[in-house]
Parts: sequence; structure tokens; C-alpha cells
Amino acid sequence: MADEIIIGLEIHCQLHTASKLFCGCDTDFRSDAPNTHTCPVCLGLPGSMPMLNKKAVEYALMVAKALHCEVLSECEFSRKNYFYPDLNKAYQITQYDKPLAENGHILIEGDNGEKKIRITRIHLEEDPGRSVHMGSQERGRYTLVDYNRAGIPLIEIVTEPDLRSPKEARRLLNKMRATLEYLNVFDSEAEGSLRVDANISIKGSNRVEIKNISSYKGVEKALLFEVTRQKNVIRRGLTVERETRHFLESRGVTTSSRSKEEENDYRYFPEPDLLPLQVKSWVDTIILPELPDARRERFKTRYGCFTEHAKTLTGSKKTADFFESVAGNNPALASTWIADYLLGELNYRDMSIDSVPPSHFTDLLNHLATEAITDKSGVEILRAMLDQIAEGKPIETPTAIIARLGLAKTGGDEIAGMIGDVIKENPQAVKDYYDGKKEALNYLVGQVMKKSRGRADPAQLNTLLVSRLTKEE
Amino acid sequence: MGSMTFHPEDPYHAFITTVRDPEYTEGPLSGVPVAIKDNISTSGIETTCGSAILRGYIPPYDAHVITLLRRAGAAIVGKTNMDEFGMGTTTESSAFGPTTNPNDSSRVPGGSSGGSAAAVAAGMVPYALGSDTGGSIRCPASFCGIVGLKPSYGRVSRFGLIAYANSLEQIGPMARDVSGVSRIFSVIAGHDPRDATSADRPYNHEPDSDVMDGLKIGIPDEYFGEGVDPAVRETVTGALDICSSMGAELIPCRMPSMQYSLAAYYVICTSEASSNLARFDGIRYGPAVNTKKRWHDAFSDYRHDHFGKEVRRRIMLGTFALSEGYYGRYYQKAQAARRMVREDFRRILTQVDIIAGPTMPTIAYRLGEKTKDPLQMYLADILTVPANLAGVPAISVPCGMIEKMPVGFQIMGSNFHEEAIIDAAYAFEQEMKHGR
Repeated sequence: MADEIIIGLEIHCQLHTASKLFCGCDTDFRSDAPNTHTCPVCLGLPGSMPMLNKKAVEYALMVAKALHCEVLSECEFSRKNYFYPDLNKAYQITQYDKPLAENGHILIEGDNGEKKIRITRIHLEEDPGRSVHMGSQERGRYTLVDYNRAGIPLIEIVTEPDLRSPKEARRLLNKMRATLEYLNVFDSEAEGSLRVDANISIKGSNRVEIKNISSYKGVEKALLFEVTRQKNVIRRGLTVERETRHFLESRGVTTSSRSKEEENDYRYFPEPDLLPLQVKSWVDTIILPELPDARRERFKTRYGCFTEHAKTLTGSKKTADFFESVAGNNPALASTWIADYLLGELNYRDMSIDSVPPSHFTDLLNHLATEAITDKSGVEILRAMLDQIAEGKPIETPTAIIARLGLAKTGGDEIAGMIGDVIKENPQAVKDYYDGKKEALNYLVGQVMKKSRGRADPAQLNTLLVSRLTKEE
Repeated sequence: MGSMTFHPEDPYHAFITTVRDPEYTEGPLSGVPVAIKDNISTSGIETTCGSAILRGYIPPYDAHVITLLRRAGAAIVGKTNMDEFGMGTTTESSAFGPTTNPNDSSRVPGGSSGGSAAAVAAGMVPYALGSDTGGSIRCPASFCGIVGLKPSYGRVSRFGLIAYANSLEQIGPMARDVSGVSRIFSVIAGHDPRDATSADRPYNHEPDSDVMDGLKIGIPDEYFGEGVDPAVRETVTGALDICSSMGAELIPCRMPSMQYSLAAYYVICTSEASSNLARFDGIRYGPAVNTKKRWHDAFSDYRHDHFGKEVRRRIMLGTFALSEGYYGRYYQKAQAARRMVREDFRRILTQVDIIAGPTMPTIAYRLGEKTKDPLQMYLADILTVPANLAGVPAISVPCGMIEKMPVGFQIMGSNFHEEAIIDAAYAFEQEMKHGR
């Protein structure tokens, strides 16, 4: 029997508010110099006091509602005390025994079909600052601290240990990301906007916590590494130690981080500078936008998308929005071309779907719909367009690319000419065909296709070639 | 618009910092000098909390009360000495040396707002701001023979007050008489959105001396019990007799929660302090930390070297009280006791208008008299901490002398009813001044 893997996640997401959680500082700091988005409050200067950002609470409530959580009638903020240079006040304002919301769930694509993952709790907290080590953390001469990030609102979403494989963990994160994006409370592309702590154990063994994984792919990688490591430990008859490990993204491994200095007693107590929050009634007034599951069903009924396509298209809000902006009269064609071609090409180039002008894509779909070009040419046009975007060149319309490269589907006469040439140039293949070798026909079709540079309609070409060969026999 | 000159002799060492040529603007307090306790942030003026760890720290912003005082035209003339971070009853724990009592310079001025009280008592300034976490305005007011008000929790913004124990403390006015306290209070009270615990309760009141007749004054037995010096007891009983002769009704009452209040107070204030003071690590402000050491060594050495003994003692007590496994036994129990104190006040104040008793169990100590035994020092707060635990307003007003040293009469009231205790204190003060 396979070892049962048990995984639970703690997901920290930055909420995309305009100002910080406890002060008015602008959260859009990523392109600015260190310590420019700061004030006495987020620097933790003596005497400063936190002032709660209502929008952050609203965003967190939206998430709680979308994840089917119960919002507590009263929640409160607590101080988590620990010493670290980038922690401005030497405590983080977070929520401890009275979080914002509890007992929710989210549906994911599990290893054996759709699966409900329980959400333990959701709470609000502030992000600490950031240490910038000059050189390595161990040997560097000094460390600088940047407080631009200090006070950015975070929500921590804690799941029950309901996940059974690294893949399920990855799927949960994707679904979570999509949900937060649909709510418009999260910018998944902002650097450092998501950090995950993962708890993983093999049933019957100790639990290991992997801290601070900062990418979606990293979570799956770290967990895969840990599954293998823990299984090997058990196979050798040893005991998996209960410990905290760090994931080294660059090497794809987890390392033990046992150190006296990290053994913390956080001495939580209620933050005396903030009043308890009573927001349960507020949640009823919040109207959620359409969420991924609902949108997926609508794509199937309204546009006739295949289930797999509908899942892919609604997996991210931007993709779904893009689809709806180009679906027009050809939703079937649009869903195929986005799900089966465009996303793969974008992924290959590490590009975002935002960068593709919908009008250009619509133009491409129109040429495909009227059968003015072949699918093969369609892919060529798409690639040419994406390369231009990626290289920051002026973007040609598909119509212009067709004209420039001469990709319009060839007419019957032109094909007939090419067929004549190919028959003349490949006597052996023609002989093989007459001798009954079926592969020879494929070879000849390929030769004509090559001459047409993919502009010939494969079905039409096949018919014409067979009738010509039959005539000449 | 104008500026004044302020460089007085300071024989009692009331000030840590003086502003030689303070500027001021138009307003009801135009050109009036006000001294500020050194734990209230003043933009551009060094603010040390009486600690070596903040030496050289110049805040880039004004506390809300400073903004309000400046707007009213007051001249901020200096920062007054205090027990380090407010942790003391004598102003002897200041890293800048003790302040002495203007009534007798061999004695302490009380604390922790001892510098503010001495500056007012010596006539250096008419008004000062103090802060009161467990009696730090009322104790020095009592010892120096001036008037000091600890407002209701939330009536004055704490934004910019360098926190010692957030859930207990308030900034409040100190002056030679009740009118002065009332005058400054009207400037600093009111809502501030930057302090989430601040209430929208401004104060616009002229003290009224015609309130004693028919006033019901609760006299808790516990305020006249063991530990209260018999001479103090006698002087305050005399003050109550005056009230009675003016028509007030004296109603004996009980405050059983008093037996827990001191312990609860010290658990809560040290717990909060251990967290509040954790940020002083020499990185962002104050004297620089030694960067040659490893981080954990550097900051623990730094804190050992720059905090005084009493501060370190309270940080360790608070750290212990909040530790895993002890939280329920100490912090949570202290909160339960606090609710009992609050409930006692609520119950008594449905039967009486105000509560009265001595402010301090004794007159001012001699310098060095209490520093050897911290527990003796803590016991001196027994009569002042209940108001902080309950969040109610309390005022100390002089009511007589023992051995040529002043005695303070404490009046406490219902939440946000400063008007009532100010009127009672004013009526009493006027009677003391003119009536006899």
C-alpha cells in the first residue's frame, strides 16, 4: 500500500489595497527606492499607533465569504512578539485566538476527481519589513533593512490537512489564486505577493513544516522533495524528525533550520491599541462577483465550451476575461485557440495574456473562421505576433502578417500546379503508391504541403492528389 | 506669532531639555509656556523618556496633544524629567539623574511625571503635561502640592505618547490650580482618528464651584486602611469634613477588588511594557548598536547597557507573565481582576456622584528612601492604580500639609465625567483658599 501523504498549507497573500494596513502609506512601492513608502506608523517609531484600514477588512471579508467561512461575531488583533531587525516594532500585529473567520472550504480538482478542502481559519495581519543581506546571510558584511513592505496587509489562509499530494497542493494554490483574483483583492504577479508555509507528513510519522515558500511552482517542488526525503528516512528505518525546514528555491531542496534563535515563544496578547472588531453583519452586505466555479459553468452553458476548456479558461481571471472579449460569434473557435494554442505559446515565452491585443486575436480568429488560412498558418501567425510583442516591436495585425508572408490559403489551381511538380519530382514515390504502399501518399502530401508552406488545406489537398494519381494511372 | 526666551535656573532639575527660544502662534494660549513630559513626542525636540536608550532621538512628528497645544498658541518650552519610561514613583530612575521636590529638595517630587510637577510647583511654567499609567500624574501632583488630572481612558489621544502600558495610560494636564488644569484639558481633549481607542468626547467646561451642596461622595474604606499613613488619613478626613460642611453627603462604601488591583496592575503594565520596549534595539534611533557583534548578542548587550535596572526588571516580569504556560495564570487572571475593579467602580458610581480619598498613602519620601526595595515602591501605587484599571477619570488636588509637605486629595468619577470631578475639586479648592 502506498504511504499516505498528508499536507496542510498556510497561505499568506498580500491584499491589493491602495494604502497599508495601519497607516496611509502607498502600497505601490516595488519600483521605488527603499524606505520611501514609510511614516512613523509603519517605521514603528515610538509613540506611533496603528489605525486600521477599512478596505483591508472588507477585502478579507470578501475572501472569507468566497471561501464559505463563518465570520466571527467578534475578532481581535494580537501582538506576536519576536526580535528581528526587519520587524519594526519587535512585534507583528496579527490575529491569534479570535481570527476574522473560521470553518470554510474550497473545491479543487483532486487526484480522484473534485474534492473539498476545508479551510480552518482566515486572519488579517501586517507584513514585516524586508532584510537585504549584503553578501550571503551567514558571511555578508552587513544587512540593510527596507520598511517599504512593512505594514502591507496580508491575509493568512490556513487549510486543514486535507491535501494528499504535492499536485493537489499546487491545484489548491491555483484555485486560491484564481478566487482572489476574481475578487479583485490580490495581484498575483506582484513580486512576493504570495508566501506559503506547508506542513507535510507521511501518515504515522512526524510532521515537518516548510517555511516561507514564495512561488506557486516552489510549493509543489518543495513538497515533492520532502515526500521523497521523508519516505527515504522511513525506508531506512529512521524517524522523521518533527522540525521546521526552509526551501532553497535555487537548489530545489529543503534544509533543516534548527537553531536556538528560531525557537520562539511569541508571547501573544491582545493588541491594546486596537479595539475588537465586530464585522459579522458587514459580511451580509457584501456582494461577491462571479467566482471561478460559477464562471466555468456559465462558459459551458452560454458558449458551449468543452468542460476541459471551460476549466482552463476560467483558471485565471485574465484568461477568462480575454476569452469573453474575443468570443464574439466564434466562441468554440476562440476557446480552442486560447486553451489549446495561445496559453501554451504564452507559457513558453513566459508572457502574460494581458499583453495580447484582443483586436489582433479576433482578427486571427476571423481568418480561421472563414477558412482563409489553415490552422498551421494560424499557429505561425500567432507565434510571429507573440514574438513581436515579446521583443517590444510594433505589432502587426494577423491580416498584415498573412499578406507579408503570403499565408492566404492556396486556391485549387495553384495546388494542382504544385501536385504536378511533386509527381514529376518524385517518380519513385509515385511508383510505390501504385504498388500499393499507402505511406507513399502521405509522403507526397507532405511534399506538396512543403511547397505550399502550409497554406494548402490538408483535406482538399488529399482529395486533389488522389484524383490526379488515379487519373494518371 | 512670536517667540520668547526660556532659559530658567533649574535648581530642582525639572527639565531634561529646554527650548531656549520657543516659537508660538495666535490662539487662546498664545505665548503661554507649557512644559512637556519627555515621553510625549515633539517634532524637532529630543524625546528620551528619561532613558539612555533614546538619548539623541529627535522625533520627526508631533504627538496629537502637541499639535493641539501649538495650534492653541502655546509655547513648548521644554521636556521634563521622568522615571525611565514612566516606571517609578519618585523620578529617581531617570538616566539623567533625579528631580527634587521644590517644597524640600531633600525629598523626591513623586513620579513618574516628577519633572512636570516640579516645574509647575517651582513656578517655572504655569502648565505642564504629564502621563499617568498607574498614578504618574497624581502622585507627583500630590507630593509637590499642585493639581493633576488623569483623564478617562480615551478622552485624550495617546498618538505620540511613547507607550509604557497602552491599555492603562493617559496624557493629562498639571497646573497650580484646578482652573489651570481645566484650561489645558479643554485644549487637549477630543477625538483623534490616529488613536483607535480615542473617544469623541471633547471638553468645553468652566469649573463651577457651586456643586458641593447635595453631592454624594463615596468614601471607600480601603482608601483609609492599612498602609495609609495616619497623618495622611487625618488630613484627608479633614478635607472630607470641609466637603461635608459645604453640604456634600459622605457615603461609606467598599471596593473589594482593591485587594487584587495592585497585582493586576503590575502584571498588565509589565506585560505591555515588555512588548512596547522590545523595539529599542539600537537600529533605528537612539545610540547606535555595535555592528561588529552578531545580531542577537548585539541587541541583548545593547539593551542591558542602555536600559536602567527598574526597566529591565519590569521587562523581565512582563516577558515571564506572557510566556507560554503562564499567560493564563498571570495575564488572563489580571484581566479578570481588572473587570472586577471596573465593576466595583460601576456599582459604587450608581450610588454616588464621585469617589474620594487620599492620592498617596504618604507624603513625599526622602531621596533614596524607597529605591532599595522595589516592592515598597510598588505598594505606594495602591490608591492610584484602581482608576487606571477602570479607565475612570481622577484628579489630585492639594488638601493640607504634613511636616511642611503637601498632601493630595484624590477625586474619581464616572467615565467621561471629568466635568463632575473638576467641579468638585474646584469647589473644594475655592473653599480652602477663601472659605476659612
